[in-house]
Amino acid sequence: MTASTRPTTSSEPSGPAPAPPSRRTPASPARTARRSRLARLDMRVTPYVFVSPFFLLFFLVGLFPILYTAWVSLHDWDLIRGQGDFVGLANFEFVLGSDNFYKALRNTFSIFLLSSVPQVIAAILIAYVLDANLRAKTFWRMGVLVPFIVAPVAVSLIFTKIFADQSGLVNNVLMGVGLPAIEWHSDALAAHFAIATMVNFRWTGYNALIFLAAMQAIPREIYEAAIIDGTGRMRRFLHVTVPMLRPTIIFVVITSTIGGLQIFDEPRMFDTGGQGGASRQWMTMTMYLYELGWGPQISFGRASAVAWLLFLIIIAIGILNFLITKRIAHSGGPAKGTR
Amino acid sequence: MQSTAAIEQFAGKGAARAARRRLKGGGGVDARPRWWNYGLLAVILAISFFPLYYALLLASSDAGTIARNPIPSLIPQGNLFSNIGEVIGSDINFWAAMVNSILVATLTSISVVFFATLAGFAFSKLSFRGRRALLLFVIATMAVPVQLGVIPLFIIMARLGWVGDLKAVIIPGLVTAFGVFWMTQYLDDALPFELIEAARMDGCNLFRSYWHVALPASRGAGAMLFLFTFVGSWTNFFWPFIILRGDNLTLPVALQQLQASYFKDYSLIMSGVVVSVIPLLLLFILAGRQLVGGIMQGAVKG
Repeated sequence: MTASTRPTTSSEPSGPAPAPPSRRTPASPARTARRSRLARLDMRVTPYVFVSPFFLLFFLVGLFPILYTAWVSLHDWDLIRGQGDFVGLANFEFVLGSDNFYKALRNTFSIFLLSSVPQVIAAILIAYVLDANLRAKTFWRMGVLVPFIVAPVAVSLIFTKIFADQSGLVNNVLMGVGLPAIEWHSDALAAHFAIATMVNFRWTGYNALIFLAAMQAIPREIYEAAIIDGTGRMRRFLHVTVPMLRPTIIFVVITSTIGGLQIFDEPRMFDTGGQGGASRQWMTMTMYLYELGWGPQISFGRASAVAWLLFLIIIAIGILNFLITKRIAHSGGPAKGTR
Repeated sequence: MQSTAAIEQFAGKGAARAARRRLKGGGGVDARPRWWNYGLLAVILAISFFPLYYALLLASSDAGTIARNPIPSLIPQGNLFSNIGEVIGSDINFWAAMVNSILVATLTSISVVFFATLAGFAFSKLSFRGRRALLLFVIATMAVPVQLGVIPLFIIMARLGWVGDLKAVIIPGLVTAFGVFWMTQYLDDALPFELIEAARMDGCNLFRSYWHVALPASRGAGAMLFLFTFVGSWTNFFWPFIILRGDNLTLPVALQQLQASYFKDYSLIMSGVVVSVIPLLLLFILAGRQLVGGIMQGAVKG
């Protein structure tokens, strides 16, 4: 191999200066010296080259935009004219003074609770049913994962018909058995329930597989001991399985918080207008952000204020999660190794 | 069943017999599950398939029938292909959206696997100053809601003249923190140092060690990462919805347009849904096993 075929070292723009010339190799031929110098440079610099694509991209499309959002939020800035005057905290005042912000906050948390709590419970129960010495294991596991591959937009379109006010599937069934129809779109809680159902449909099976993996990592001897002691299925589930799953439950809750508070697709598609209903009964924070930035107001400044507030809320909840986790994580063993 | 032998020794024959009976009867750890276990699973599977089947039912019906009854029939009717034809031939360019979605998902997934494995190789097997801190940084970025940076990102794309351009969707997704973390974890266990040393002895530089040793060794985890990224890209809506325009859409954005323009005709909207689901369903049938494995391994390691 010749030195000229080293794509990594030759394409390195910003590494440290070339390694100092070797002192110990006056006796060996010049080619060997050059080669070993290049090899040392390769060892020293190349690792940074290897990890740099991630950091470059993260700074350009992740970190910089988030920080720059704070700058935009202090300006009169719109989609068409671009940067305008510095306005201080006026955008934050506008947002915090508008009803829509608090509605969006309420809706986001309501939808989040309605989707995360039942989802975790259902996922644990499904995992428990899957955690048996089943025939055709892979078939059942793949089966519960099918909803995950359907795009949220497609899921919403299907469920919008299921939860339609007139000639919707659920309402027709309700009226068929003599119950009153539910106003899925005008009643806020009903709308949140419908949207949460879409989220649950897509993610429950996915989380069930995560819990399944954790359940299989629980040492079988613990169950055996419980069985010999004569505990029934129910008590074994409540007193052995669930406590051993604690770290996994925390993991699932934390990851779903970050995504769940940014929910957009399902509520956006719940009707054709995409405003979150006539009195904004299912408008979420991200929908509000979108409406301020790309809606009739075209105010990037105000939209940035919402983005930054939501960012702070998510970080605050993340820290809260972390503190709670630290307090309770030491009980319950970490999961290691599957069957 | 060694535990029962111990019980027999310490607590006598009667206790051991009772323990054996309990282990064998119903609740045994490795006993084959009974019919109700399969029954429950069948119900769960029916629930997770029903909405998709429902979409197929509506897609094969027609607007009038659906308006009269939300369950037009439990067997698919004959209009599926004419409905799909109408959707594809509509003014929303559905074919182009399909091609775009395939293009975006494929390019992003290949790129994520390539760069994440590259970084994972460095983080798990090479020593360099600041390695630990940089890796921690990568993990921490997973908790950052980057979606909230859309406004400056849009401003950047507008400056570059990329609004409405697929580049604006592809480039931000070229490598992910999750991917880097995932490959680091995998290569940490799966790639022995001896192999890299051997490659160095043979005169490989680090990039060639990556290409000829690390990349082939991470085929399994790479396939899982590819699938994850592909599904994520295929189902992504928020950013493409903001940045893409006109005829140049991805499938979820095309579906949104379909809903906006044909909101009265559910048979057409559902045909669009069916068309958008089929490619991933095929991929899932072929490689869903890897996706299941990936989720379960990620859970145990993460």
